[in-house]
Amino acid sequence: MAEEEYPDVELSDKQKKEIAKWFLLNSPAGEIQYVAKDLRSVLNDERIYNEAAQEAFPLYNKSHIICLEFPDRSGDVLITSYNELDKNEYLDPRTAQVATVNHVKQVCTEVRPAADEELPSPYIEDFRCTLDAEILKYVGEAYPKGICSVYCVNGKDVEGPGSNFELVVVISAVKNSPKNFCNGSWRSVWNIEFKDDMQMLAIRGKIQVDAHYFEEGNVQLDAKNECRDETMFQESYSNLPDTTFKDLRRKLPVTRTLFPWHNTLQFSLTRDIQKELGIGK
Amino acid sequence: MEAAMGLMRRIHPKQSETALSALLSLLPHHSSDLLSQVDQPLQVLCDVDCGKEFILCEYNRDADSYRSPWSNKYHPPLEDAPYPSSELRKLEIEANEVFAIYRDQYYEGGISSVYLWEDDDSEGFVACFLIKKDGSKTGQGRRGYLQEGAWDAIHVIEVGPEDEGTAHYCLTSTVMLSLTTNDESSGTFSLSGSIRRQMNMDLAIADGHLCNMGRMIEEMEGKLRNSLDQVYFGKTKEMVCTLRPPAEVVMRLPNS
Repeated sequence: MAEEEYPDVELSDKQKKEIAKWFLLNSPAGEIQYVAKDLRSVLNDERIYNEAAQEAFPLYNKSHIICLEFPDRSGDVLITSYNELDKNEYLDPRTAQVATVNHVKQVCTEVRPAADEELPSPYIEDFRCTLDAEILKYVGEAYPKGICSVYCVNGKDVEGPGSNFELVVVISAVKNSPKNFCNGSWRSVWNIEFKDDMQMLAIRGKIQVDAHYFEEGNVQLDAKNECRDETMFQESYSNLPDTTFKDLRRKLPVTRTLFPWHNTLQFSLTRDIQKELGIGK
Repeated sequence: MEAAMGLMRRIHPKQSETALSALLSLLPHHSSDLLSQVDQPLQVLCDVDCGKEFILCEYNRDADSYRSPWSNKYHPPLEDAPYPSSELRKLEIEANEVFAIYRDQYYEGGISSVYLWEDDDSEGFVACFLIKKDGSKTGQGRRGYLQEGAWDAIHVIEVGPEDEGTAHYCLTSTVMLSLTTNDESSGTFSLSGSIRRQMNMDLAIADGHLCNMGRMIEEMEGKLRNSLDQVYFGKTKEMVCTLRPPAEVVMRLPNS
C-alpha cells in the first residue's frame, strides 16, 4: 500500500465556513454543543467558526424546536419558525410574553410582556387558548417530558367568523443521556386550518423522531410520518422483527448448523460435482 | 484528530461520506489516519477477466488501482504493484472460495472478497474478509421488507507467527448497517450505523488457518448481528418509548 499524497489545496474562507455550517446543521438532536466543540478544534479558526455558528445555530434551533427556560425559570419558550417575531425574539402565547434568545449559547436572555399587535385577536385567542389547554392535558398524559404550544400562523387579526385562519400545534420531547451515549428527540407539528367559518377543518401532521446511540459505534434512527390524523407510531417497530434482518443476514444457514470450516474438502468435491453436472450458479 | 473522530461519531451514518471528505479537506495532513480509521460503505468493481465482482478496500489498493482476488490482477493495470507471495496466494484463493460458500449460506446472496498479505513487522500475515449485501427489495432482499437495506462487513485478522503448534489471531470486525422501510401507514423509518468489536484468540493450527479464522468470523458476526438487533432496535426503540410511551391516547379537539 503506497502512501497517497493529497495536494495541499487551501480551502477558501467561504468554503471552510460552509463546511462548518454543514457540521453544525447536521448535528443530532441535543448534540450541537458537542459537535461545536469538536468542530472548533478541527477548524482551528475562531473567526470562521463564529460566522458559521451565527448562521447555523438559529436554523438548527428552529428545526429541532428546542426549548429554552425563561431567565426567572417561570416557564419556557419553544424556538420555532411559527412563533418567530424577529431573528432573536420568540413569542410564548400562553404567557403572552416575548423571549429574547442567544442562539449560539442556546439560552434565553430576557423576557418582556408581548405588545398587543404581537398577539392574536381576542376571537382567535379564544380558539388558541382552548386548544392549548387540551393539548397541555394530552401532552401531560402521553409524554413523560413533553413541551407544547399552539401558535396562530395565519389570520391572527381575524375579528370574527367568516374568515380563514390557521393554528399550529407543536409538541417537542427530548431525552438526552450523554452518559449513556444515547440521545433522542420527538417533534410533532400539526397544522390545523379553519376554513369557511368552521365548516371545515383540515389537519395535517408531521412527526419526526430521531434517536442516536453511540457507545462502541454510531447508530441513528430517523423516522418521519406525515399524516392526516393520529397514528400509532410504535407499530413501526413491531413490524420490524427478525424477519427484516434476515434480508440482510440470517441468524444461521438453512442447515441450522454452524458453517463446517474444517470440511472444505467436502465443499470442493461438492463444487466439482456441481460443475460436472452443470448445477449451481 | 480526536475531535475529527468525535465528529464522525455524531454525524448521521448516511452522511459519513460527505463528512469524511469535509474532514479530509480541512485536515489534509491527517488524511491517511482518517482514511484508515473511518469506515465507509464498501465499493465494488468488476473483474474483467472472469466477470465476477470484488470488493475494494485499503488492503487491496495500490495508488488508484485495486487487486482482484479472482484473477490477482490490478484494475486498472499497474506496474510495480505489490502481490502476496505464491504460498499466501494459494491460501487466499482457497479462502475466497470457502468464504463465498459461507457467505451464500448466511447471506443468500451478496458479494465477498478475501485479501491476504505478509505482515512486515512479524513473521505472520494479515487477512481481510469483506462482505457486501444489498437486502433491499430491488436488490437481493428475498422477503421484500426493505425499501433500502445494506450490510457491509469488514473483518481484519492479524495472524501471528506459529509458535509450538499455535498461533495468535487478533480479529477486528466492523459492520455497517443501513435499512429503510416505507409504507403507507407508518411512514418512513430509517436506521443506520456501525459497530466495531475486537476478538483475540490463540488457536492450534492443526485445523489450518482458514478454519480458525473462519470460526472466529462466524462467531463474531453472530455476536454482532445480535448486538445490532439489540442496539438498533433495542436502544433506539427504548428511546422512542421514553419520549412517548405507547399508550392509547385519544386526542379530542375542543368543540367551539
